[in-house]
Amino acid sequence: MKISINWLKQYVPINIPPTELADKLTMAGLEVEGITEKFQYLDSVVVGKIIEVHPHPNADKLSLCKVSIGEQTITVVCGAPNAKAGMKIPCALPGAVLSGGLAVKKNTIRGESSEGMLCSESDLELGLDKSGLMVLSEELTEGVSINTALNLSDTAFEIGLTPNRPDCLSFIGIAREVATMVNQPIKLPEINLPQTSGRIDDFTSVTIENPELCPRYAARLITDITVAPSPFWLQDRLLSIGLKPVNNIVDITNFVMMELGQPLHAFDFDRLAENRIVVRTARDKEVFTTLDDKERRLTENTLMICDGERPVAVAGVMGGVNSEIEENTTRVLLESAYFNPISIRKTAKHLTLNSDASHRFERGVDPEGTVVALNRAAQLIAEIGNGNLIGGVIDEHPSPPFAKSISLSVTKTNKHLGTDLNQPEIAAYLKSVEFNVKITDEDTLAVLPPTFRVDVSRPEDLMEEVARLWGYNNIKTTFPKISGVTNLPNQSIEIKNQIIDMMAGYGFSESISYSFIGKDACDRLRLPENDERRRMLDILNPISEDMAVMRTSLIPGLLETMHRNLSHQIKNLKIFELGKIFISNGQAQQPTETEMLAGLWTGTRFNMTWHSKPVSCDFYDLKGVLEDFFHYFGMDRVSFSKMGDELCSYTKAGHTAQILLDGNPFGLIGEIDATVLNNFNIKQPAFIFELNINTFISNLPETKMFVPIPKFPFTDRDITLIVDNHVQAGDIIEKVKFFEEKLMEDICVLDVYSGKPIPAGKKSISLRIIYRSFTETLSDQHVNLVHQQLTDRIIQKFNATLPV
Amino acid sequence: MENRIEQIKSEAIEALKEAADIEQIKSLSVKYLGRKGLVTLFLRNISQLPAKERPEAGKQANITKKKLESAFEKAIRDFETKDKKDTDETIDVSLPGRPSSQGTLHPITHITRRICSIFSRMGFDIAEGPEIETDYYNFEALNIPKNHPARDMQDTFYVSDNIVLRTHTSPIQVHIMEQHAPPIRIVAPGKVYRCDSDLTHTPMFNQVEGLLVDEQVSFGDLKGVLEAFVHELFDEQISLRFRPSFFPFTEPSAEVDILCVMCRGKGCKVCSHTGWLEVLGCGMIHPSVFENVGYDTSKYSGFAFGMGVERLAMLKYGINDLRMFFESDYRFLRQF
Repeated sequence: MKISINWLKQYVPINIPPTELADKLTMAGLEVEGITEKFQYLDSVVVGKIIEVHPHPNADKLSLCKVSIGEQTITVVCGAPNAKAGMKIPCALPGAVLSGGLAVKKNTIRGESSEGMLCSESDLELGLDKSGLMVLSEELTEGVSINTALNLSDTAFEIGLTPNRPDCLSFIGIAREVATMVNQPIKLPEINLPQTSGRIDDFTSVTIENPELCPRYAARLITDITVAPSPFWLQDRLLSIGLKPVNNIVDITNFVMMELGQPLHAFDFDRLAENRIVVRTARDKEVFTTLDDKERRLTENTLMICDGERPVAVAGVMGGVNSEIEENTTRVLLESAYFNPISIRKTAKHLTLNSDASHRFERGVDPEGTVVALNRAAQLIAEIGNGNLIGGVIDEHPSPPFAKSISLSVTKTNKHLGTDLNQPEIAAYLKSVEFNVKITDEDTLAVLPPTFRVDVSRPEDLMEEVARLWGYNNIKTTFPKISGVTNLPNQSIEIKNQIIDMMAGYGFSESISYSFIGKDACDRLRLPENDERRRMLDILNPISEDMAVMRTSLIPGLLETMHRNLSHQIKNLKIFELGKIFISNGQAQQPTETEMLAGLWTGTRFNMTWHSKPVSCDFYDLKGVLEDFFHYFGMDRVSFSKMGDELCSYTKAGHTAQILLDGNPFGLIGEIDATVLNNFNIKQPAFIFELNINTFISNLPETKMFVPIPKFPFTDRDITLIVDNHVQAGDIIEKVKFFEEKLMEDICVLDVYSGKPIPAGKKSISLRIIYRSFTETLSDQHVNLVHQQLTDRIIQKFNATLPV
Repeated sequence: MENRIEQIKSEAIEALKEAADIEQIKSLSVKYLGRKGLVTLFLRNISQLPAKERPEAGKQANITKKKLESAFEKAIRDFETKDKKDTDETIDVSLPGRPSSQGTLHPITHITRRICSIFSRMGFDIAEGPEIETDYYNFEALNIPKNHPARDMQDTFYVSDNIVLRTHTSPIQVHIMEQHAPPIRIVAPGKVYRCDSDLTHTPMFNQVEGLLVDEQVSFGDLKGVLEAFVHELFDEQISLRFRPSFFPFTEPSAEVDILCVMCRGKGCKVCSHTGWLEVLGCGMIHPSVFENVGYDTSKYSGFAFGMGVERLAMLKYGINDLRMFFESDYRFLRQF
């Protein structure tokens, strides 16, 4: 809400500078978000004195004026008929921007150069007169800025109001707050209704068909009015807060709404069928044209103001073209009503139409302010529009609300706030903002909030008022008494932190991507039709197409990140993300949220250095990370196995492993498929892994068990086997472990080789087996014997041969 | 006889001084101390001496043997050290080391952890909740009824009428209070979503929510906890300013400004020349919220607070563009 200080001063004396007032408002909960100086646009307009006036050689209606602007004399081309030597006038210098965005420049007009512009009242928005130059007092000093010379100053505040304070959506509301701050009484506008003639009941009637949606409707009738532009003071008031003047009648309704907070509407009485008002809901799908010339489709829940035949306004939101005030309007029916806030909000939402009126109604206007505002506007219309006020007021108010007082305990207030205020102090604070306070007993107050404070209904609301007026910053800082242990175990957060730390330790940098992705993400990943990750949750109002659904995989985010970084010449990348994916259970349900960990490695194994040539990273680099990761967490139930070609969608077939826990997949590792790379516009290989962290965390061993350190030395033996190409080294190792040879401590792969002299279709695998006993130092003969037996079993099992 | 062993010793020491390399020392060692060495032979021949002289001669010979042994050892050691100094190549210590592979944490993670750890030390537990919520948890349970203008305070992403992307971490309060009886002290970090995207808004951002419920909690306590937090996160000179505000789920509600950490209140671009930065929202929990979770409002009171992590991270690290957090530019990520 924008307010002008000059306007505000009509209701409360302000004797502090605007910045100080802004601070006070902000600290009272009415945050001043912006401060502007209204007359700043006049900074480059100075007092000038016309020294000579000569006719323009090339234009009959123009003249050439020599103008003194203090130390300098300039030539200005001028078209005003009243330009006369000796006159003092406002002169806009190059750089000034005037009414309508007119930028004053040094230029040439019909061959004569002009170094400024002599202005009329209207040019400067200081009046309506545009017939000639604005004549300034003889006493003003040439060259002085017109702001200073005429003492023009008005500061405007943009106040960010919270939804609980609709009472401050008016000058009077702000003035009430300011009055308590500066300790001055508030001056309400005086309402003196003019002489009336006739009785309104003889002319019109109001019928409320839906009293629950329209608890109160008041009306007055003014006849014989003249519709015209508003006087300057009124236009100026509206302009000072950014409202556009329309005509005197409309301007008055807007002025009073801004002054008192009550939205009003003026109907052309002669355009109302049967000259009467009916308040009722619309018929379903009824079409109505609002003042902004847009056709609106109504529902049977939309409350409408109707005449004897048809709707004439959307109640509390906007009037209709069929009854708007026109130049020839002579009789005005003025409406001031209280509408149900929820109903107005629903209508405004449905029509996506927010007006100053609906903004106030949906937050709640003062239910007792209806007639006051009506009278204020009626008085102004009669005055300014030269109208004749018809006697009496219609005030349909079927069931006035019953005011409830709130019981406030002084002890509880102090406990809640941490204050030490006594009963009279609390009472005084509440009274200062127009609350009615009665002392019930020595600890209790009975408080009746003023009707405009629609936000106050509970003792806590009163406590907030007390705290606010005492000053939040005057409340003593204390520390809560910490009682007992609150046990909300959350191990998983700690483990997630540990996972993140470990991934960073492996050299990966953490990235966080948006949780929404484009709808085409599944297609880009080539996910099959029946893949669970195709169950994406749609966002009904997405920011953009590529943020239209909730992600069901972290991989698209990582690939996008890779693509973006490649375009910045960053070709070596190790990144990971720990975050949620969302599998839809239908739009009307919450989705299944699963925490995932995914990593991507592309480019070289190490950054290029002088020590070694760059080597591309590969599958085994990434697998090594995961193996170590699982080992650290004691997850010995995890295994890797070749992923069936038919299961690979976004990773390359034959280059992908499933990660299993007790044989159940909970992740994968592999190289991104070439087509998928292409779908993300990526032209270099990338290796990724992903893990279901929910599964991981819920299967972590509770603790690690200590294994005694061996006392006796180990002995190792190597063996090279020649096997069929399809035999996997991992299988051999698994099977050998399965032999349960007690003396075998460990087995690892030393080398894998195919090519000459190994026959085609075969490969050699060299293994190293570590033997150790926990009870003795093994003799060579003993080890040889065990190794021989083990080797024989392996050869037999895998149909292997030994190298020649 | 004594003279003889003395003579051997002097000869050996002299010879050792002349030795030019380790080989010569080793052969000297053999000459004097070897199996057929002069000292060895002397010892072996002691039996041929008169009985009276034997003990003294033996003693002297053994002392000499020990002395020579250590002298030879020392000489060899000296040569070894000297050799190294003379012959080893030096290295260019200015060359960069072999790169280690430490990765980095996202700045949001750093700051979130910092926030949580400060509150942990004040006795708060850490909690989490779903990112996609029902209308009830995101709004209604928090005293934001349908068709209430307070809903305009947050631009909501809708999945359906009843399902929304959570617009704040406050629903976690409700989940926690539904599941646990007081006393409760939690902080709850997490992603939140609002339908807003421009220079100063990203449609996803991070918040940390805080909640304390106990008997006799006051607004003064809330101020105390937040002051301790801000002093710990920044420093003791950063003062706090509490401004009345409105959140439907707290009453009284406050916005908390801190003294601008960039200009220390003098006024700069970061604080829009006000000297203050708005970093937190907070308040005493509204009785309606307690009623919704079945807490006894006559017995318990509490406070809640919430803060934006990005804002704090920007202040802490001097990051000037909010959008960088989610663009995953490696040059950005590698800085933290």
